[in-house]
Amino acid sequence: MRLILTLIFLAMIAFVLVATVAEMPTFGDPGNPTNNEVPQRYIEGAVEETGALNVISSIIMDYRAFDTLGEATVLFLAIIGALATLKAH
Amino acid sequence: MEDLIVRMVSRIVVPFIQVYGFYVILHGHLTPGGSFSGGAILGSSMILFALAFNLERGAKKLSHETSTIVECAGAGWFAILGLVGIYMGQNFLTNKEAGFYMGAPGDLVSSGAIVLITLGLGLKVASTVVTLFYSLIEVEGDAHD
Repeated sequence: MRLILTLIFLAMIAFVLVATVAEMPTFGDPGNPTNNEVPQRYIEGAVEETGALNVISSIIMDYRAFDTLGEATVLFLAIIGALATLKAH
Repeated sequence: MEDLIVRMVSRIVVPFIQVYGFYVILHGHLTPGGSFSGGAILGSSMILFALAFNLERGAKKLSHETSTIVECAGAGWFAILGLVGIYMGQNFLTNKEAGFYMGAPGDLVSSGAIVLITLGLGLKVASTVVTLFYSLIEVEGDAHD
């Protein structure tokens, strides 16, 4: 009974996931909604504006450096939480 | 773990892993990789050393206090580099307009604040991994006593 219920739930979740993937736009299609002016700006101007050849690095360290600072803060808080719980005894 | 083969192999391999980790961190603005992946490589080399030898010898190489200080210094270094932009009259975390040395694209020392931030953040990620590993394994050691 439990196994059948598990299988039914798994099938429902799988149906939702497969339906979502089937609705996604085709990979590499130039008409995709992600291909707007933002990646165009990154591709054309990143080397000139930041001096970094690795465009991903120039995005995460320059254009979105504040986001990366938040990411570093998350790591910092994670280690503080781990130390506070593990060293409390 | 008291195994001669594991000790010998890790003694040979650990320096190469650390050189590769520093390479990935320092070339973060030129090649794929960067601070997070390079820091994970660097931290896992210390974990490998502490696993192959014992925890005391690993802690002798990189003590708890050192990794905690490096961790705090990495996060603070990032924020201070952001404040340089405000000091120069620009936005927080401005790169080119804040007057960092840009250099020619493709050089090792180029791209202004990116290479500095990557270095600090890479050391911070490495010490985060090492500190988490040390704390977890020390708690485990306490439970067996």
